[in-house]
Amino acid sequence: MIETIRSLGRWGLNTFERLGRAHIFLFQVLTGIPGLAFRGSLVVQQLFYVGVLSFALILVSGLFVGMVLGLQGYNTLVDFGAEESLGVLVSLSLVRELGPVVAALLFAGRAGSALTAEIGLMKSTEQLSGMEMMAVDPIRRVISPRFLAGFISMPLLAAIFSAVGIFGGFLVGHGLLGVDDGAFWSQMQVKTDWYGDVLNGVIKSVVFGFVVTWIALFEGYDAIPTSEGVGRATTRTVVHSAFAILGLDFVLTALMFGD
Amino acid sequence: MPLIKIRDLHFYRGDKAIFEGVNIDIHRGKITAIMGPSGTGKTTLLRLIGGQLRPDKGTIEVDGQDVHKLSHSELYELRKRMGMLFQSGALLTDINVFENVAFPIREHTQLPESMIRNLVLMKLQAVGLRCARDMMPSELSGGMARRVALARAMTLDPMMIMYDEPFTGQDPISMGTLVNLIHKMNEAMRLTSIIVSHDVVETAEIADFIYLLSGGKVIEKGSSVQLKKSSSQWVQQFMQGLPDGPVPFHYPGVSFSDDLLSPEEIV
Repeated sequence: MIETIRSLGRWGLNTFERLGRAHIFLFQVLTGIPGLAFRGSLVVQQLFYVGVLSFALILVSGLFVGMVLGLQGYNTLVDFGAEESLGVLVSLSLVRELGPVVAALLFAGRAGSALTAEIGLMKSTEQLSGMEMMAVDPIRRVISPRFLAGFISMPLLAAIFSAVGIFGGFLVGHGLLGVDDGAFWSQMQVKTDWYGDVLNGVIKSVVFGFVVTWIALFEGYDAIPTSEGVGRATTRTVVHSAFAILGLDFVLTALMFGD
Repeated sequence: MPLIKIRDLHFYRGDKAIFEGVNIDIHRGKITAIMGPSGTGKTTLLRLIGGQLRPDKGTIEVDGQDVHKLSHSELYELRKRMGMLFQSGALLTDINVFENVAFPIREHTQLPESMIRNLVLMKLQAVGLRCARDMMPSELSGGMARRVALARAMTLDPMMIMYDEPFTGQDPISMGTLVNLIHKMNEAMRLTSIIVSHDVVETAEIADFIYLLSGGKVIEKGSSVQLKKSSSQWVQQFMQGLPDGPVPFHYPGVSFSDDLLSPEEIV
């Protein structure tokens, strides 16, 4: 019994210590961002690795999610004779929820895990220590550009996901199931509010981008510098990011849409 | 006055003491070797000197500055005058040899591209790898990677270079090249070199002064000739590479016969 309490206490202390380290790390990363104004090429390079290379995954996933939404939504709406509202259903589902959430989950799996593995391997091969000894701060030189790139990429990828998803819903709804295209687009435009729906979705994706990139970079930087340690850190990035995205989504939804 | 002055150094990892009251002087222009068995904290000592780790007690002064009392920017300024050669080379794997050597120049200076090119080629020429400048780190052998890392460590013309196990895992030709390079560089550039190693023969060949570390303490110090004549059995065992002696072959524990007859671990 005593041993259980002791190990629980140890776990609690370790967790809080790690949380503390993560926040100090975040502070250091954020203080490195102003200096990137003079090192734009570092950010552009990372935007390519983090954002552009995730593009194909986001594009294909968005299209299929939209198509499935169109199919499922039509089958439900047609029972009530409301199939012309399919555009509204697809757009609101994507813009408010699925766009930011699914794009963030995919982003964590594709770009987040790659960031953790890259930073973890740089640590285990002493590249980060090497930079420190060359008087180059690895947080400012390596981590901050990646953080900024992740933060910028995520909302853009979520927007692309939603846009392609809506197009996928239209393809199925109009092309396959015969929903009137005028009704699809006009109802969507009337019922989707710029501030209430689109902007709130964008805010969600910004928050997810911030959190996922933070988790991914911290896990890499804090990884035990062995192959097993880097492997575990990569797994933790995906798992912790998924929890953070889904938990934060509930909180943000409650704040934005809860009355 | 020594370039590096270590006084009463104490450092712990958890409950395990790595250093307990270590005093070391590294003199300017000399090659000083820090030797000892694996796990005695030789690499840790270099990280303490470089300010990457903080001691639990004691001071480390480099060129008159207490490393662990410097601000972040002061420490980074000091590091510009320190070179370090990591055991793995620690080359940046996503850029080629030329860019690796140019990396510190690009980060710390605003020199024109033509001058950077000349500087990098000079450093690569010194380590014999000028014509390997377009190769990626993954294409280099272990010895070549260390020579590139040595060129990179010298790029900013530091006052000192710390070598972490430079000879480990090298074939005889690479080993000879590295020994020769370290010795020549130290003389030509009037450097101060610290070599952390357990390769006795190669290190003793070029070191002006040797510290032997074990159990968190300096066991012996002196020139290689003095150490070879030491009356300490431990020093003799280490310098001659004897398998048994004060450092036993068997890890300490219960006797073999007791272990065989012990019923408790039989499943």
